[in-house]
Amino acid sequence: MMREFLTGGLVHGLLGQAQGSLWMPPEASTFANDMDPLFYFVLYLSTFFFVLLMGATVWFTLKYRERSPDQKTSPVKHNGRLEFLWSAIPTVLLVVIFAWGQKGFVALSTAPSDALDLRVTGQKWNWTIDYPGLNKSCSPTSVADPVTGIERMETDFFVPANRPVKLTIGATDVLHSFYIPAFRLKRDAVPGRYTGYWFNANEPGVYDMYCAEYCGQQHSEMRGRVHVLTDMEWRAFLKSGRCPALDPDADDYGEKLYQANCKTCHSIDGSRLTGPSFKGIWGKSEKMADGSSVTVDDNYIRESLRNPNAKIVEGYAPGMSVFDSGKLDDRAVNALIDYIKSLGGDDTK
Amino acid sequence: MSTTTAHGGDESAHGHDHDHPSFLAHHFDTPAQQESSAKLGMWVFLSTEILMFSGLFLAYGVARWAYPEMVLEAHHHLSIPMGGLNTLVLITSSFTIAVGVRAAQIDNQKLLQQMLLATIFLAGCFMVVKYFEYSSKFEHGLLPGRFYTADYLASAISVPSPLGGPHTFFGIYFLMTGLHGVHVLLGMGVMFWMYLRARKGEFGPRFYTPVENVGLYWHLVDLVWIFLFPLLYLVK
Amino acid sequence: MATTTVEGALTGASHDHEETSYIHASKGLKNWLYTIDHKRIGMMYLGSVWMFFFIAGILALLFRIELLTPNLDFLLNFVSGENAAQIHTKALDLYNKIFTLHGGLMVFAFIVPSIPASLGNFFLPLMLGAKDVAFPKLNLASYYLYWIGGSVLIYAIIYGGLDTGWTFYTPYSTTTGTAVTTATAGVFIMGFSSILTGLNFIVTIHKMRAPGMTWNRMPLFIWAIYATSVIQILATPVLAITLLLLIMERTLGIGIFDPTMGGDPVLFQHFFWFYSHPAVYIMILPAFGVISEIISVHSKKHIFGYKAIAFSSVAIAIISFLVWGHHLFVSGQSDFAAVLFSFLTFAVAVPTAIKVFSWVATLYKGSISLNTAMIYGLMFIFTFTIGGLTGVFLGALAIDIHLHDTYFVVAHFHYVMMGGTVIAFLGAIHHWWPKMTGRMYNETWGRIASVIVFIGFNLTFFPQFIAGTQGMPRRYATYVDQFTIYHELSTIGSLTLGVGLLIVLIYLLASMKSGKKAGPNPWGGASLEWSIQSPPIEHNFHQTPHVDTDPYNFPNIDRTATSGHH
Ligand code: HEA
Ligand code: HEA
Ligand code: HEC
Ligand code: CUA
Ligand SMILES: [Cu+2]
Repeated sequence: MMREFLTGGLVHGLLGQAQGSLWMPPEASTFANDMDPLFYFVLYLSTFFFVLLMGATVWFTLKYRERSPDQKTSPVKHNGRLEFLWSAIPTVLLVVIFAWGQKGFVALSTAPSDALDLRVTGQKWNWTIDYPGLNKSCSPTSVADPVTGIERMETDFFVPANRPVKLTIGATDVLHSFYIPAFRLKRDAVPGRYTGYWFNANEPGVYDMYCAEYCGQQHSEMRGRVHVLTDMEWRAFLKSGRCPALDPDADDYGEKLYQANCKTCHSIDGSRLTGPSFKGIWGKSEKMADGSSVTVDDNYIRESLRNPNAKIVEGYAPGMSVFDSGKLDDRAVNALIDYIKSLGGDDTK
Repeated sequence: MSTTTAHGGDESAHGHDHDHPSFLAHHFDTPAQQESSAKLGMWVFLSTEILMFSGLFLAYGVARWAYPEMVLEAHHHLSIPMGGLNTLVLITSSFTIAVGVRAAQIDNQKLLQQMLLATIFLAGCFMVVKYFEYSSKFEHGLLPGRFYTADYLASAISVPSPLGGPHTFFGIYFLMTGLHGVHVLLGMGVMFWMYLRARKGEFGPRFYTPVENVGLYWHLVDLVWIFLFPLLYLVK
Repeated sequence: MATTTVEGALTGASHDHEETSYIHASKGLKNWLYTIDHKRIGMMYLGSVWMFFFIAGILALLFRIELLTPNLDFLLNFVSGENAAQIHTKALDLYNKIFTLHGGLMVFAFIVPSIPASLGNFFLPLMLGAKDVAFPKLNLASYYLYWIGGSVLIYAIIYGGLDTGWTFYTPYSTTTGTAVTTATAGVFIMGFSSILTGLNFIVTIHKMRAPGMTWNRMPLFIWAIYATSVIQILATPVLAITLLLLIMERTLGIGIFDPTMGGDPVLFQHFFWFYSHPAVYIMILPAFGVISEIISVHSKKHIFGYKAIAFSSVAIAIISFLVWGHHLFVSGQSDFAAVLFSFLTFAVAVPTAIKVFSWVATLYKGSISLNTAMIYGLMFIFTFTIGGLTGVFLGALAIDIHLHDTYFVVAHFHYVMMGGTVIAFLGAIHHWWPKMTGRMYNETWGRIASVIVFIGFNLTFFPQFIAGTQGMPRRYATYVDQFTIYHELSTIGSLTLGVGLLIVLIYLLASMKSGKKAGPNPWGGASLEWSIQSPPIEHNFHQTPHVDTDPYNFPNIDRTATSGHH
């Protein structure tokens, strides 16, 4: 580990690497190639100062340890030259670090014009990546955890290698943060506004992606993977049926929407998750937290989507994501209503 | 209370070793030291008060910067006459308390007590006016946030209010005037305490710091209102 | 220099026989609860803050044990539900509540009041040569405010819990079902306690200095407390308003932070960090002060660069108000703001650097005795430097994009808060224990425990740096297998650390009963507090002492030598 720390970093740091080092995961973006050298520079600089200070401390402590109670000590109270040096040298070095650091950062906000545009939407607790114009949309699919068997929603999405990709990031409920360690990039997803960054993934492969801004219960399970594809793979992907944009005319449109948007919080088997199960709620009269009661009908479901916190179901906390017409247009809402209807319940209404 | 507290008592140091004037706390050496400490303490306290309110002014600034026309529209619902009246009342009260301090310095006990009562009375008037203002807001449903039910630009706003609706303005209005009101009430309380102490004749040319500090506090309360009035009532 | 401080001050308390100390001045719990003696209030704070520390620490151990493995297991034992999926989600919620409680208590109930409210209260008047702080009753009032706030916080935790993280970010905090309103109310109250304490100290330092105690003769601990108090009174009111706005947002929905009502969630972050960044210096400055005392006294050498250290504290206090934006580098704030904040962040590193170098220089040609207090002093230089240097990584924009909200940040702030403030606090307690209790603790056990703490601490938090750079996000109850090794090391470390601290707790408590009597000045300190008997009498000094030299004028200093003196 110590050898890694001293040599490994240097080697990797200077010539970017695909396999990662003790400190850093694989470098898979041009930004990573630019940023890692800075990281290692600061690392070695810090190590130098740390060793310097600790060396002096240990040496003095041993050399000047008390041998007799009346051992004489130096009367020196200060030393202008010394104090100037150890103020000035760090200052200079810190300015260097600052300049280097902001260079890479500022570059992030101006994407090349030929960049591929992607829309990222963070929602409790999964990601959706849309491909405007390409008629594709990578929505979360539920995976059972290999160990515990617990299901969670994970999103796989695909980008071409060696081509700038611009992400426009939004959120429907609370803050999230779209984080891809291999790219060394993250940006908060803020409800009510758009943020974003661009990258150029230069190492084909599959890399983890996380939600890095605390967003509640399943924050730690809001994961996914980015697949960096070679030209050939990318062309194949575009033709393939992967990440199909949902087809409003298909009969399973509503179910697909449910899978993509509601499954994290609403079950269809009656079991209670963050939100009430959809099983048999149609036409059912629900008690609300404020004592009133509402029958689940088209309007109520629509309201639940557009303005979830207007009525809160008894025994549940507020905090359902907001689905405005931008996220789910009227057709989608109707499809969802039909789907919830189809899950059975009191049809006499 | 125990001997400990007796010794520490701020105004009383009964049975203390070397002879202190009755108002000199045990841990101070001279009345001058005690006085300047109290003064400095008050100024530091006032600075924290100002910072606290400036946080709210910042919030107000943000709202106004983000939705200027909304603020402009909403402020029409505030009654300038009432606000103006209250401004007068407070300025007068600032004057009376100032006279009170002077009275203490020239050892005019009667005037001191009268001025304290006068200030308390004016503060009371302020709160009464506020009461009427608030209750009319309540009637018209001009309430903060999700309790806002009044018409906005003639169109009844549905819950949730449209982005940056007047509910925000009234949220901030009630927050600012409310916090200010709390300060007025506290001021009344403290001034009444001062009045009781004044009746015991505790204050005089040698010892009037408490009165002076209350005066300073009251000027601040006044000052804050001087800012609130134009910002909330006289938006242009 | 004719007389040293000690002799000079002894005229204030020239009594060879023991007098009744503040501890025995009056008997009974009631007399403690009503006391306005700064020493008793200080001791009560000392007990209270460490109680909160231990509670929050145990919580940390709980979720550290959970983090031993990538999947939920340990916490599953504490929840129940109809099916696996539901138990799982409940355990996730539980994790979030525990780490929030850990962070909240550690910051608001422990570290912010920690050194100033306990040791500051106890030693400020002693070091200044005063009989008490300027406003003794206010002092007691702040103590009770602190407790009221603390109780409200605890109450909120027990009923409903709190799952927002200690940062209360909107809009999550405005929508979650947990007891955010109550909890913030608790913090709000604690804020006032903090303001009043700061106010009290500022006035005390300005007005209660003994004759001859010029600003440049004040011990550096006082300078540090002064700088801290200034930050406290300038920053905390803003926190109060921030929390008030948050409460209003939740209860009334006034819509300044809530995007569904036209508000701006990021605005809250600006409000919050405008307090909370200066707050991190509220946490560390007193520790700096303590280290200056310990290092000089236990190497019997005049502190190196007194003025530089004193003024750098003030410099830090000022700059600390201009860097809050470095917590928002990835929040979507404007690039311009980010660059500016990054620059200022580096500016604050320089005065800190000056301190670190000066402490090391103080050791040079000293007469160093490695007793427990000094070991913690040196340990601080080690751990804090790591913590500070990693702060520089985070201040560099391009690097922070990668490291923000990863375990690298977690490791950073534990190295500065636990490795910095808490280690210094431990050092200070050992340094002043004889003065406060009149008893010596067991040196052997002290040394043993300090080594265990050192190993445990680094084992807990160093691996977290690597986990962070590898991309492990914070506030994660479950994680991908690749991070397991770092978490295993970290958990083992935390238990070791716990054991170490447990030992400290035990031998310190034991020493109060059985410890051998400490003289007035066991370490040969030269500041005023060492010139009076331990434990001090109720009013500290009989006559106000007269100070005619600076507090680092140790007898051992070789006055004949004039090497490099200018
Ligand atoms: C005691 C508390 C404390 C202290 C003292 C510091 C000190 C510093 N902190 Fe830290 N910080 C926190 C507590 C603290 N911090 C907390 C609690 C958080 C997280 C909050 C949360 O999100 O929950 C945080 C987060 C945090 C961030 C945000 C990270 C993120 O969320 O993305 C940043 C970014 O700039 C930062 C920077 C710094 C810097 C530059 C210093 C500097 O002051 C350090 C200066 C010291 C040195 C630099 C070392 C000594 C100097 C030398 C040896 C000279 C030679 C050095 C060089 C030439 C480089 N800190
Ligand atoms: C003063 C500040 C302070 C201190 C001292 C500590 C101390 C510790 N902290 Fe904490 N921590 C924070 C402030 C602090 N923390 C903050 C602000 C956060 C962020 C929260 C958030 O994200 O909102 C945080 C978050 C945080 C995390 C990240 C959680 C997450 O993001 O998911 C972790 C993980 O390891 C952690 C661990 C620890 C450990 C092991 C200790 C140890 O040092 C604790 C040592 C103490 C004890 C162990 C108790 C005393 C010992 C006994 C009572 C004896 C009994 C013990 C045994 C029987 C073994 N802390
Ligand atoms: C982040 C979690 C979350 C997501 C995602 C979510 N909901 Fe909800 N939902 C809740 C919660 C919590 C409640 C109960 C509290 C309330 O009424 O707001 C709820 C309540 C509801 C209700 C009222 C149920 C009843 O029994 O009265 C409906 C209908 C509903 N959601 C529909 C949807 C639909 C359709 C979607 C997907 C397009 C969806 N929700 C996505 C959390 C969520
Ligand atoms: Cu989404 Cu964390
Ligand atoms: Cu900070």
